[in-house]
Amino acid sequence: MKAIRYQEIQGNSFGYFALLGILGLIVAAGGLAAFYMEHNGHWVTGMTNQVVWGMPHVFAIFLIVAASGALNVASISSVFGKKQYKPLAPLSAFLSICLLLGGLTILVLDLGQPDRLIVAMTIYNFKSIFAWNMILYNGFIAIVAVYIWFMLEKRMNKYSKYAGFAAFFWRLILTTGTGSIFGFLVARQAYDAAIMAPMFIIMSFAYGLAIFILVMMAAYNWSGRELGDATVRRMKNLLGVFVGAVLYFTLVYHLTNLYATEHHGVEAFMLRDGGIYTTLFWWGWVVIGGVLPLALLYGPTGDNRSAIGLASVLVILGGLATIYVIVIGGQAYPLEMFPGKIVESSFFDGGVKAYSPTLAETLLGIGGFALALIMVALVVKVLRVLPESMSDAIADPHYKAEK
Amino acid sequence: MYLPRYIKQLVGILGVSLLLALPLTSQAGDLLPSIPKGKGDKCVEPTADMRINHMEYILHQRDDTMRRGIRTSKHSLKECIECHNAPAKDGKVARVGNKEHFCSSCHIYSAVKVDCFECHTDKPENAQYRHAVKGNH
Amino acid sequence: MKQDTDMNRRRFLGQAAAAAGLTVAPGVMLYEVQARPADQAATSKQRWGMLIDTSKCSTGCTDCVTACKTEHGWGSTETKSNAEQQAQWIRKVKLTDKQTGHVQSLPLMCQHCETPPCVDVCPTGASMKRADGIVLVDKHICIGCRYCMMACPYKARSFIHEPLMNQKPHAPRGMGTVESCTLCVHRVDNDGIPACVESCNAKGHKAMYFGDLHDPNSEISKRLKEFGGEQIRADLGLNTGVRYQGL
Repeated sequence: MKAIRYQEIQGNSFGYFALLGILGLIVAAGGLAAFYMEHNGHWVTGMTNQVVWGMPHVFAIFLIVAASGALNVASISSVFGKKQYKPLAPLSAFLSICLLLGGLTILVLDLGQPDRLIVAMTIYNFKSIFAWNMILYNGFIAIVAVYIWFMLEKRMNKYSKYAGFAAFFWRLILTTGTGSIFGFLVARQAYDAAIMAPMFIIMSFAYGLAIFILVMMAAYNWSGRELGDATVRRMKNLLGVFVGAVLYFTLVYHLTNLYATEHHGVEAFMLRDGGIYTTLFWWGWVVIGGVLPLALLYGPTGDNRSAIGLASVLVILGGLATIYVIVIGGQAYPLEMFPGKIVESSFFDGGVKAYSPTLAETLLGIGGFALALIMVALVVKVLRVLPESMSDAIADPHYKAEK
Repeated sequence: MYLPRYIKQLVGILGVSLLLALPLTSQAGDLLPSIPKGKGDKCVEPTADMRINHMEYILHQRDDTMRRGIRTSKHSLKECIECHNAPAKDGKVARVGNKEHFCSSCHIYSAVKVDCFECHTDKPENAQYRHAVKGNH
Repeated sequence: MKQDTDMNRRRFLGQAAAAAGLTVAPGVMLYEVQARPADQAATSKQRWGMLIDTSKCSTGCTDCVTACKTEHGWGSTETKSNAEQQAQWIRKVKLTDKQTGHVQSLPLMCQHCETPPCVDVCPTGASMKRADGIVLVDKHICIGCRYCMMACPYKARSFIHEPLMNQKPHAPRGMGTVESCTLCVHRVDNDGIPACVESCNAKGHKAMYFGDLHDPNSEISKRLKEFGGEQIRADLGLNTGVRYQGL
C-alpha cells in the first residue's frame, strides 16, 4: 500500500459552482421558510397541538442519526484497525459533523423561541434526555474535530487511534440518546420501547453509510479522481449488512408488540389500517429502504456502481420514510387514556390525528439537508481531506498488480 | 447578564449625562424619549436606581413569583404597568411598540428589545385604573 | 407598611370568601381558608388537588370550560390558528363503554402529577412542579421544543401558534411557548379556588372539589377517604393530583 496523498479538489469547474449554487438556493429557501415560520408563528405550518412534531423533526432526526453513522468509515479504520478504510476517514469525520450541524440547525429553527437557545445551552435539567443530547451533540462535534486534527496533523497521527476510540463510543451514546427521545416516552403507544435506542444505532449505520457512499462517489466522479472497485465493493457489502440489520430490528420490534394484546391497536394502525403510515411503513421502510437495496447490492447488479448508488439513494428515501412513520405515525395514533371506551371531545381525543405538512416546514427540512451537503462541498475544496486517488493500487492492501 | 455594580452605575451615569447633553444639540428634539409620568410622586425604588436596575428587580421577582409563589407586589411587572401606563395623547391606553408607552419610550430610543410583552399584557386590566405606589416603600 | 396593607386585603378577602361560601352552601364549606402571606413561598406542607365526581358531571355541560376560558382568556384569542392548533386548557370528554354502551362525561385537564413526565423531559426546567404540587410552565425559559407535549399522557398541554395580545394580567400567554392548566395558581395563592371548581359549584352541579390532599380534614381528603378516587392511567404510577370518582 502506497502513501496516501491528500489534496483539495480544484473546485473551479462550472459543475462545482452549479452544485454550490443549487445547494445555496435550497439553503436560502430553507432560511426564508424558517424566518416565515418564526415571524408568523407555527400556525403557518401543518403542525398542531395534536401532531406537535412535524416535517422539520423528521429531517432533523434523520440527519442527526445519519451523522453518527457517517463516522462508520473512520471508526472502522481507527477502532477496528482496517487499513483500507483509513484514507477516507477524514472525509467520513467531516461528513458526520456537517450532517449533525445540518440536523441541529433545523431543530433549532423550528423551536417556538429559537432566540432562547442560550437558555437551553446554559440551564440543564439532567433528567431530560433532551438536555443530555445537547451535551452529547456539542461534545460529538468537539471530539470529532479533535479526531480530525489528529488524523490530518502528522505529529499527532499517533494519537488518532485514541481520538477514534473516543469518537466511536461517543457516537454510540449519542445515537442511544436520540433513540431514547422516543424510547423514554411512556405516554404514547408507539414509543416507550427499549429497542428504540439500539434500533436507532443500526439505522444510523445504514443511513450514514448510504450518504457517505454517495458523497464519496460524487466527489471522486465529479473531480475526475480514481476510485477503485475494492473500496466501493467493501462499502456496499457493509451497507447490505446494515440494511439487513435494520429489517431485523423492525421485525423484532413489531413481533414483540404483536404478542401483547395491549399493543394490538397501535400495531393494527401501523401495519394495516393507518393509511399513509401503513403505506410508508410497507413501501418506504420495508421495500424501498430494505428489500430493494438488498436486492440491488447482493443481486446480479452488485458490482455496478450505478446500482450501488441507486441502492444508497433508496436507503436514504426509505430512512426518511422510517423516521416519518416513527415520528408522525406515533403521534397520529391516539393516546390510550380510557381503555375499552369510545372517547370523544372538542380536543380531538380518541381519533387518529391528521397531519399535512406545508411547504414552509418541508423547505426548512430540505434546507438543513442542503446545508450539510454544501458544507461538505466547501470542506473538500478548502481542506486536504480527499485522497488524490483511491485506486485499488493505493487503497487496497491486498492489491496485486495484474500480470 | 451579570455585571459588577460599578460598571452598571458607570453606564447609567454616562447614559444620563448623554440624555442631559443631547438637548444642547439642535436637532435632538424628536429623537429624545419623552417618558410618560407615572401616577404618584415616587417609584418603589429611587429613580436613578430604577433606571439602572429595573430589569434586575423584575427578573428577581419573576422567578420568585413564578417558581415559588411569592406574590408581593413591590417589584412586580403588573404593578409597574398599573402605575406607569399613562394614556396616550388620543386618550386611549398606550400600547407597547408605540413611543407613548412607558416601556417603549425608552426601549425604542435605546434600541433594547423587551420580550416581556410577548406574553404579558402591556396595559392594566382596567384602563381607567391607575394607582400610585401604595404604602411606605 | 406595604405588608400590612396586603395582609389587610387578604384577611378581608378571606372573610368575604368565607361569608360567600356560607351563603352559597350553608353548613358545607367547599374549601378551606389557609392563609399564606404574600411574601412566603409555597411549601410542600400542602398538596393541592382536585376531585371530580363523574356521576354529577353531565354530558353537554361545559360550565367549567367556559369559566376557565373567561378566567385565563383562551378560546377566542387565537384567530389564525385552526381548531387543531388552538389551545385548550380544559375540555369535556365523553366516554362510551364499547361493551355496555354506558356513557360518562368528565372534564380533562393537567392532572398535576406528583412525578410529572413533562417535568422529567423538559430540557431547560421550564416545565416545573411547585412545592405545593402545582405543575406549571415557566414561559420565561420555555424554548418551545414541545417535548413535554410528546411526554404528557393526558394531552393536557397546548403550544401557542400565533402572536397574542390583550392577555389577562394574571395569565400571561404568548407565541412559541407551551401552556396548560395552572390550577388557577393566582387564585390559590390568594386563598381562592380554581375558576372551574367555583363555577361548577356556583351553578349547583357540585361535581368538582378542590383542596389540600395533605390535610386529612379537608373536604377533598375526607371524600377521597370515603368514596375513593381513581387516576386516569393509574398504570403509569404518576400519583395525579386530579382524581375521579366513578371512572
